Parts: sequence; C-alpha cells; structure tokens
Amino acid sequence: MPMPDNTACNNCALHNTAGLKKLGIDTANVDYVVALAGNPNTGKSTVFNALTGMRQHTGNWPGKTVVRAEGGFSYNSHKYKLIDLPGTYSLLSTSQDEEVARNFILFGRPDVTVIVVDASRLERNLNLTLQVLEITDKAVLCLNLIDEAARHHIKIDQRALARDLGIPVVPTTARSQQGIPELLKAIDDVATGAIICRPHKVKNLSKPVEKAVKQLAGALEQQFPGLPNSRWLAFRLLEGDSRITAAVKNNELKELVRP
Amino acid sequence: MTEAEKDNEILARAAGLRWQLGDNFHDKLTEGIYTDAAQIAAHAVETPAGERHYTFDSKIDKIVTSKTWGFPIMIGLLAVILWITIEGANYPSGMLFTLLIDTVHPLLKSLAAHIGLPLWLDGLLIDGIYLAVAWVVAVMLPPMAIFFPLFTLLEDFGYLPRVAFNMDALFKKAGAHGKQALTMSMGWGCNAAGVIATRIIDSPRERLIAIITNNFSLCNGRWPTQILIATIFIGALVPASLSGLVASAAVIGIALLGVAFMFLTSWGLSKTVLKGEVSTFTLELPPYRPPRIWQTIYTSVIDRTLIVLWRAVIFAAPAGAVIWLVANVHIGDITIANHVIDFLDPLGVFVGLNGVILLAYIIAIPANEIVIPTILMLTVANLGLIGVGDTSGKLFELDSAMATGSILSAGGWTLLTGINLMLFSLLHNPCSTTIYTIYKETNSWKWTTLASLLPVIMGLVVTFLVTQFWHLIWLMPEVKP
Repeated sequence: MPMPDNTACNNCALHNTAGLKKLGIDTANVDYVVALAGNPNTGKSTVFNALTGMRQHTGNWPGKTVVRAEGGFSYNSHKYKLIDLPGTYSLLSTSQDEEVARNFILFGRPDVTVIVVDASRLERNLNLTLQVLEITDKAVLCLNLIDEAARHHIKIDQRALARDLGIPVVPTTARSQQGIPELLKAIDDVATGAIICRPHKVKNLSKPVEKAVKQLAGALEQQFPGLPNSRWLAFRLLEGDSRITAAVKNNELKELVRP
Repeated sequence: MTEAEKDNEILARAAGLRWQLGDNFHDKLTEGIYTDAAQIAAHAVETPAGERHYTFDSKIDKIVTSKTWGFPIMIGLLAVILWITIEGANYPSGMLFTLLIDTVHPLLKSLAAHIGLPLWLDGLLIDGIYLAVAWVVAVMLPPMAIFFPLFTLLEDFGYLPRVAFNMDALFKKAGAHGKQALTMSMGWGCNAAGVIATRIIDSPRERLIAIITNNFSLCNGRWPTQILIATIFIGALVPASLSGLVASAAVIGIALLGVAFMFLTSWGLSKTVLKGEVSTFTLELPPYRPPRIWQTIYTSVIDRTLIVLWRAVIFAAPAGAVIWLVANVHIGDITIANHVIDFLDPLGVFVGLNGVILLAYIIAIPANEIVIPTILMLTVANLGLIGVGDTSGKLFELDSAMATGSILSAGGWTLLTGINLMLFSLLHNPCSTTIYTIYKETNSWKWTTLASLLPVIMGLVVTFLVTQFWHLIWLMPEVKP
C-alpha cells in the first residue's frame, strides 16, 4: 500500500515529520523511554535508524542485534530515548538475548514498548506480541514490512487487529520511511497518555492454569498493590523463574509499581 | 507477619501451585498463547486462497540449500567476491603506494630536514609512525573497500541464514550448535563481533565451543593479508591472465581450511572438555530482499571499511614507533630487532617461517591488520635495504604488489614461506580485542587462555608439518639417484 505523496498529506498534523528531530546518540535528560521489541529479522534496527537518524548496521538475518543499542529523538518537543532490544521469538526461555529483552521491558519500565512485527508473518509474530502485552500495557504495534505482505497479496485488517490487541497498530515500511510519521504520533500519544491501551490478555488458558494464575496474581497484588503485570509475574513464578523469584525476595517488585 | 515472611509465603504458594499443575505448565502456557495468536490472526489477516505463497523465495531456497548445489554455490559466491576483490584492488593499491610512500614520504622527509627536526625524532615520526600508517592504508584500504560492500550485499539479500542451514548438519556432527554457522559468518567480518554474536546460542556448552573456535574464521584483518600473499606467491606461479583466479582459489582454500579446523576443533572439544548433547533450534529463513545497493555501499564503507581501517591506523601508529625503535636502537653491535629476530629465527625456520614473521606477529598482537606492513618494515630494516634519497636507511620504492614481493624475496622468502604465512595467518592467537572480548563473555581466564593458545599451537604444528612434507617432496628426486 504505497502512501500517496501529495502536499495535502504533508500538511496534515499526522505527517508532522517536521516535529521529528533525530538526536543520534544524544540521550541526556529524556522525557520518555521507548523500547523496540520484536521477532528477529523484522526490521527493528531499520525502524531504530529511521527514528534516531543513526546508521546501525542492519542485516537480513535473525540474531543480528544481540546487544541493546540506544539512540534518541525528539518529537513534539518531547525528548525520547529509544532502546533497540535483541530480537527474540519469545520471552519465556533463558537464553541471554531473551533475558536482556525481557528484563528491560519488565524492570526497565519503558514508557512505550514498540513491538515490531513482520506483516507477512503476523501469526507467528503475535506470540511475542501477546507476551509483551502481558508485561506492559503501554505498547504500539509496528506492522512492518507491509510492502512485502502486499507483494504476497496478504491483506491485514489493521482496525480489527488494533481492536483485538487493544493497542495502536501502525503499518510501516521502515526501509523507505513509510509510516514513520504515524508511528511517531502513536508513540507520542501512548507516552503522553492521549491514548490509553487496553492490552489483550491471553484467554485460552486451561481452567486449572487460569485458576492458579489468578490465585498467585491476587497474592502478588495484595503484597505489592498496583503491580501492573501481576499475571505475567505469576506465569513466571509458576514456571520457577529464578530471576523473578529473586525479585520477589529482594523487593524489586515494589519498584515496578508506578507512582 | 513481616514483609519477608509475606514474600516467602508467595513463593511457597507458587511452589505449591506449580506442584499441582504438573511439569508441563510451560507447554500449556505456550499453547494458550499460540491459540490466542491464531484467533487474532484469523480475525485480521486475509491471505489469498489456493495460491502458493513465497514461490519465488522457495524456488531459490530449493536450489541454494539443496544437497547437490548448496556447497558449490556457497564456494562459488565466495570465489566471485574474492576474485573481484583481487582483480579490483591492484590498481588503486598501486596508486596509493605512489601517492603515500613515493611522493608524500620524501616530501615529509625534506620538510623535516628543512625545519631541522632532530634525526631521531624525524625517524620515529616519519620513518616509523607515518610509514606504518601509510602502509596500512595502501595495503588494506582497496581490498576492504571492495570486499566488504560485496559481502554486505550478500548479507542484505538474506543469504547468510542459508549458509547456516547448509552447514547445520556438519556442525551437529561436530557436536556443536547449528547457529554457530551464523557466528562463524560474523567472524568472517570480525572475530570480536563473532564472539559477541554467540549470545544467540543458549546452551553454555555450545556457546563456549563457538567462542573458542570463532578465531578460525578469517577476519577483516586477515583477508587482506591472505589476498596479498596469495597474489604475490601463488598468483605468480601461473601466467598473469590466470593469476587472479589462482590467487582467489588459494584464499578460498585457506578460508575453507579454517572452516575445517573449526569443525575439527569443535568436535575435539565436544568429545573432551566440553562433552554434551547437541541442542535443537529453529532457524527462520528470512525472505530474500532486494539489497539497497547505495545504502549498503554507504554503510559498509562507513561501518566496516572505515572503522576497521581506523582501528588499523590506531594500532599501526604506535606499532610503527615500536618497529622504528627496535630497528634503530642498538644493543652492542646490532639492533634490538636483530637480537630478537636472531633469537626467533631458529624456531621460525624450524616451522618454515622466519624470525621476522614471528616478531611481526608479536608486535601485531593488537591488530592483525598490521602484520604485513610490520613484516615489510622489519624485513627492510633487518636487511638494511637503503632506498633512494634517504638519510636514515628506511625508505624504499614500492609501487605494486610485485614490488612488495621483491622485498620479501630479498628477505629470503620462498613459495613455502608464503604458504606457511597464509597458514599461520589463519592459525594463530586472536587479536587482543578478541581476547579481551572472550574474557568478557566467558568471565574465565581458563577458557580465554585456551582460546588464545590453542590456535597458535595448531599453527606451529601445521606449518611445521607442511615444511617437513615440502622438504620431503623436494628432496626426493635428489635422494633417488
């Protein structure tokens, strides 16, 4: 779906790319922190470069980014710090790249998490999306590589998707900058609270699992009132995650409660 | 109840519930997530019915990952890239030599003489630091500026995961993780980057194997060495029209030998100190994407070529000073360099190299990039070659790879020395940056030491064997009658 390139559009508030200032590695005194998560090889680094004006090396293979990269941009006079997390298929195992991504979304408490997905492989990518939405409720789905999906005649009902996931959905082709203005607007809206997300929580759990999760999440909320991701923490505790167990013991969870 | 008691109660409750749910909680949860994802996707995604998708990609994949064509195509692509590099680098390299060494160097010398710079300072700055830097630029820049963009184009196209796919079975046989093929490919760019990339391997045992054997991937700093020596010694064996092809074949041979050593060492490690089961993994073959040519050339020139060159220059400058000092400071009658070279020479000759090469590898531990310039400067200094219009005995005329060859021949090099240098360049300790990275990633001196020393020992053994074998072949006809 190529974006029409006429002047009327460029004058629209949505196309406020003039409000974008690419700050490269200058990340001092930021107003908001944004994390970039997503499956490997969905173009996270390309989105990162499009937003920060940096030229992180991008490559067409899964696992290119194993360390997190940071950059900055400013939009509508808000200063943002952007963190490019390693691409992972899930957040449920213990390989080092998954832990880096998971710990940042959980303990780093980004103001917005942008989940970059490959539009032509949406179903597979949604697994990670749903896991991220269990951890944080401030997220934007970046439906990247939309041009590739179109080439394969895949149509995506982006409204239905946004409704089901409960977060803004923005189709992009980051390598040619398409959809970046809309993505910026969505990030800004979620960060400032102009859009309140109602993220999807996993529904298809068996009765005993659902019951156990509810019980444990309840106990966690009692101990740490206002905990935003008690359900996900319950998942992890039920699996015996040692990092989360330690976080319960050393009161790290208290810091997850937003003031 | 205190806070701590409450925390413990939560954990106790979690443990109790975990017990009730049984040990397949992880699978149940994953199943739930997948079902949700499938429902949402079914709601939002409309795929064309009946039509077979990705026909273009799967057609290419059928060929490039096939049992018959996978490896020949891999080697063929590498061969084409190397051939273009070797053929293309000659001319600009010669120009840079003329400019930096034949023109600017005498200019600097006369300028220094004009302002009355003390002789020792003139030597240290101009014959040491400047020459080393100029040499690194002239030797390294042209091949890198051609090789890296070509390699990056292949990477952007999506070919690397197919390499991993092709090699997976071999790695499995060696007791290593299939993703090691990816870290190996990263190592072809830079070993330190390859070592960091092993974080994608989640089993600690297989990750260690990948870290220790990454050095067998020829890196940025070593490709130019291989290309240059292959051009001088092996390309020269055949008529000029074929020399580019033959030299590329020799470099590919070394790169493949590196892969063979990687398998062999991985296998050895997984049978001895790092025993264990091979873990399985999913490798996603990304869609082929048309590479954006200009952007790729831009980023690979900025990200790779200039950064690697800058690193080489940074290490070459102090190395140039060291070379000048060891070549000019005398202890007794002869210079420090001569002392060390005389000391190392027996060992060097024993393994078919020489003292100059070994000393160069010691000086060049910080960066492989400066090995060739160091060898050349030491050879010249050691022989006392004196060039045109020079006062301190360091200048010589060089305008092409062949002239480099004539210096090396004057230093007593033979085809055997060239071959052994190519082998030793493949099999020696990682550069200091890589060693430091290995330590940071493993947090263990034991593994760092093993990863550093194992390749050197292998290198010495291999060059020794090659030398013995070589002498055997050449002596044979004389012994017979």
